[in-house]
Parts: sequence; structure tokens; C-alpha cells
Amino acid sequence: MSQPPWRDSRFWQIAGQAIALLVVVLLLLFLGNNLRQNLQRLGLQPDFGFLNFQAGFSIGETPLDYKPTYSYWRALLVGLVNSLRVMVSGIVLATIVGMLAGIARLSENWLLRQLATLYVEILRNAPLLLQLLFWYFVVFLSLPQGISFLGLSLGQTGISLGELNLSPEFCALLLGLTFYTGTFIAEIVRGGIQSVARGQWEAARSLGLKPAQTLWLVIFPQALRAIVPPLGNQYLNLAKNSSLALAVGYPDLYAVASTTYNQTGRAVEMMLLILLTYLSLSLSISLLLNLYNRRVQLPER
Amino acid sequence: MPDHPPTELLPPDSRLPPYQWLQRNLFNTWYNSLLTLICGGTIAAILWFTLHWAITQAEWAVVQQNLPRFLVGRYPPALYWRLWLVLALVVGLGIWIARKQPQTKLNLVNLALPAVLFLVMLWLIGGGLGLTPVKTNLWNGLLLTLLLSAVSIILAFPLGVLLALGRQSALPLLRGFSTTYIEILRGLPLIGVLFMAQVMLPLVLPADLRLDRLLRAIAGLVLFNAAYLAENVRGGLQSVPRGQTEAAQALGFNIPLTLLLIVLPQALRTVIPAIVGQFISLIKDTSLLSLFALLELTGIARSILAQPQFLGRYTEVYLFIGLIYWFFCFTLSHYSRRLE
Repeated sequence: MSQPPWRDSRFWQIAGQAIALLVVVLLLLFLGNNLRQNLQRLGLQPDFGFLNFQAGFSIGETPLDYKPTYSYWRALLVGLVNSLRVMVSGIVLATIVGMLAGIARLSENWLLRQLATLYVEILRNAPLLLQLLFWYFVVFLSLPQGISFLGLSLGQTGISLGELNLSPEFCALLLGLTFYTGTFIAEIVRGGIQSVARGQWEAARSLGLKPAQTLWLVIFPQALRAIVPPLGNQYLNLAKNSSLALAVGYPDLYAVASTTYNQTGRAVEMMLLILLTYLSLSLSISLLLNLYNRRVQLPER
Repeated sequence: MPDHPPTELLPPDSRLPPYQWLQRNLFNTWYNSLLTLICGGTIAAILWFTLHWAITQAEWAVVQQNLPRFLVGRYPPALYWRLWLVLALVVGLGIWIARKQPQTKLNLVNLALPAVLFLVMLWLIGGGLGLTPVKTNLWNGLLLTLLLSAVSIILAFPLGVLLALGRQSALPLLRGFSTTYIEILRGLPLIGVLFMAQVMLPLVLPADLRLDRLLRAIAGLVLFNAAYLAENVRGGLQSVPRGQTEAAQALGFNIPLTLLLIVLPQALRTVIPAIVGQFISLIKDTSLLSLFALLELTGIARSILAQPQFLGRYTEVYLFIGLIYWFFCFTLSHYSRRLE
């Protein structure tokens, strides 16, 4: 007895895929066609040639040699380097702050525990953008004469420590990202440490290890297995959130791209550039973290 | 039988007299004492700084005079009663949901009532159908923040479920499309997605279809959050045991019915806390729209700070709106922890 085709699950598998393909292709055709017509109407043909034109705007912070007479390419490259600068230093600092706060939340010391809880609960539940504005306008720009402490000075001109001078924009962004991401890392570290069996603490103690040694030599290596995967997500979040630099006037990649768009009106090209750059940044971070994660996890036997 | 256990079996009283408590928790070793002193010093410094500022420098006039603007922006004052009604409905709905047991069945009433009420609220805010219409560019402040978050999460939810099902599907093409979408959106910063929604959306839609700024912002938030929700829902789908699907198939359910009646109800129940978490980040993320000329809570705060008479009152304004955001996010995160 032959079945009608709609009784066969293989028929539906093929039909389902065909329908999905059709829907996606039609949608892309529809959007692409509209884009072509709209661009034609506006007289803008997609073309990356404009990137060689003179940029004409100045950039507040130039780790590379840059003048307004240089090309848009160069400006975007400066933005990318600025982005990388804040991402890398933010990831390092947020890890330190988060680890310390996470350990502090499990401390025997009642006052330290409360302080860490207060830090996590307050900063985690307020928007990052608002915290950046707060760091910039309230902390840095409202300190007219600044504070000096052990050769470290903090004020309207940013932070300076000896030779090292950091602009207020960079500092506001870095500190905002660090302390915001630090709260999430603290929770991850706390969860990781708590996931290690109690017996490990007791065993280490009966071997005569001090609490600090126990934490560092016994608990932490085991906690890392639970910590590293979600920690990677936080690194990715920090990297993506660094694009909020625009709000405090730090010239990162997104801010420079946004200025370029405002000057040239090249939406499609800038969109593609932003998309590809951030996607490759995210991908590189995930790759590095996956490599590290493989080293940390227990080898399968 | 005595209805209380004999006294000798009760646990020893764990409370210590204050002096011993201090010694046990704060000053048991020399480094703990040092830590206590450092923490105490930090707390004292923060308190002194804050009090000093609050007493000598703070001027709260900027908040007092602009309170209605922070909350509802330029919404016509004559129509505030409609917003009060909306607030009453929200509170009523909140109490109704909070009193539900976690195991409540998702029947028609439980799903339809919030949906109908939500539409009524939108009607009350926006007007039309007999009420004076209020244009969307007058909905600002906290009202807009909450509305944007609520509408975006509601619209992102079905899209997220579909994407999660697609990513878990046995059909390679569906899986490929869903995975590509989710991974691209999760690799981009939200500000980039919002930029795309503001700038690219008018370019890829027909020229005669004009979305206003608010709708484009919602579109951006929905596209972005759907990708994150999809990953949450996928976690829920994976937590449903295989036996459930097999049992459904043995009973003769086809695949769509199995998903709809057996797998999804179980999967969605486990991901409710994750969805609340997503809603919390959405509330915080709406502040980014102030960078795209939308006057939600952060946007209206920045516009107030730009007025000459309130110039430089950053601390008061940012603390005030920070407290509002914090209140909603903190309450919700406690609620979601209770659900877990």
C-alpha cells in the first residue's frame, strides 16, 4: 500500500527546508532590491573608494601618527587601535577587580563581604551608559584642581602617573567598563569557587595549608573549570560595550566610523566595515578563549 | 505527644553576644583586623564624601522642578489621568502574577488576560478610538523606557523561540540560517545594531514605507534581543529529556504538535528566570537610545542638563535616574532569583 507523500516524514524534511530557503531568498531579494532602488534614488553607489579621500576631522587621541589631512582609512585605523587599547586594558583590569570582588564576597570578614555585595548589587543594576557619563562628567570633569596621591594625580586632565598620561575620556571609559564588567565577573568567580566541593577545603586544611594557599593552589585551579566559559562571555561583552566610547567622546572605532558616516553619508559601506570588524574581533576573542578553555578543562580519558 | 521537640534536641543558640561576634567576624586574625580597618576606612570616606556633598553642594531643584518630565516627558498634563490608569492596571497585573503559584497552568485566561490588558494600556497611552491621540514623540522619560523594554521583549520572544527551534532543528538548512543569524547578532555591539536599524532600515524597506524613529529603535532592540533570547530558549529546549519527545511520538503526535504541546511548555518554564534576566539588561540597554535622539529616561536627563539654568547639575540628575533604573533592575533580579 503506497502512502500519500504528506504521510512521509522525509517529504516534510525536504519540503520544510525548501520553504525555509524560499522565504530567506525572497526576503533577501526584497531587501536587496529595495536597497538598490533607494541608493539609486539617492545617487549613492556602493563604493569603498571614498576611504582614500582626506578625512578632514581631527581625533582627540592618536596612538598612530594622524593629521586631519590623512585619509579616512587612516582615521579608522586610529579608531581601531584606540578600541583595542581600551578593550585589552579593560579586560585585564576587569578580571583583577572581578576576581578580588568575587573572593571578597566569600571572605570570612563580615565588613569586606558587605562592601563587595554592595559594589556588585549597585553597579550591576545600573545602565553602563549612565555609569560612563557619571565617571566622565561627575568624577573627572568636576574635579577642578584634582586629587594627588602617591605621585598619582587624578583630575580634569585625566590620570597621570609619572610619564604615563591618560586622557579623561579614556579613563572614564576604562573605569566604567572595568567596574561594570567587574560585577559580573565577581558573580562568576563566586559561583566557581562555591562549585568546588567542600571536602577540598577540608582536605587542604588537614594537609596543613593556610587559607590563602588553599585558595590559590587547591580551590582556584578547580574553580577555573567553571569560571572560564562564562568569563569569556564577559570579555566579549566588554569588547562590544567599549563601543559606548561615543558617549564620553573617546575616539574608538565606532565613534570614528560614526563621524565618517556623518560626513560622507556612506551608510552601507560603514555598516559593513563596523560589522566585519566587530565580528572578527569577537571571533578572535572566542578563539583565544576556547584555546585557553581546552587547557583548563579536565582531559577526557 | 508534645507538639514541640524536647528542649535538649534544639540546636544551640547560634547568636553571639556583640563583643564575641565582632571578634569572630572582624578581628579574628591580624590580617582580618587590617582588612576590617581598611574597609571601615573606605566606607567612612565614601559616607563622608557623600554627606559633605549632599549637605553643602547638592541642589535638588533640578529634580524637583522636572519630576514630571523625568517620568513622562512631554506627555500632555491634561491627560495624566490616562497614565495613572495605566499604572493602576500594571500594579494590578503585577499583584495578580505575583500571587500565582509557579506551577500554574498556561491556559487561555492566563495568557490572554495580560495580552488584552497590554493592548488596553497602549490604547490608553496613545489614544485613538474615542480618546485624544497623543503622538509618539511626546511619550518620553521613564514611560518610554518601560514601554520600549516591554514592547521589545514581547516582540522578541516569538522570534527568539523560532530561532531556538531552528537552531535545534534536524533540518540542516534551517539550522544554518538560525545559527548564522544568532551568531552575527551576538557578535555585534548593540549600538551598532541600533545604528543599523536607524540608518539601514529605511534603505532596505520600500521608499513609501516610512518608519518613525521610535519604531526603528524597537526594530533594532527586537532583532538584537531575539538572538540572545534564542540562546536562552535553546538551553531550555536542551533541558527537556529526550524521553518526552519519544513518548509523544509513540502516542502518534507529529513533530509540530510534539513541539507545541510537549516540548515548548516544559522548556519555556525553565527559562523564565533567564528571560527576566534578559528583560533586565533590556531595561538598561534602552539608555543607548539617548544616543539616537530618543528622549527616554537618559535622553530626557541629558536634555534637561542642556538647559542653561541646570548646567553642571550632573551629579544630582545622574544619581536620580540611576536610582530609578536600579530600582526596577534590582526588584526584577530579586523576583527572578525567587523563581529559581
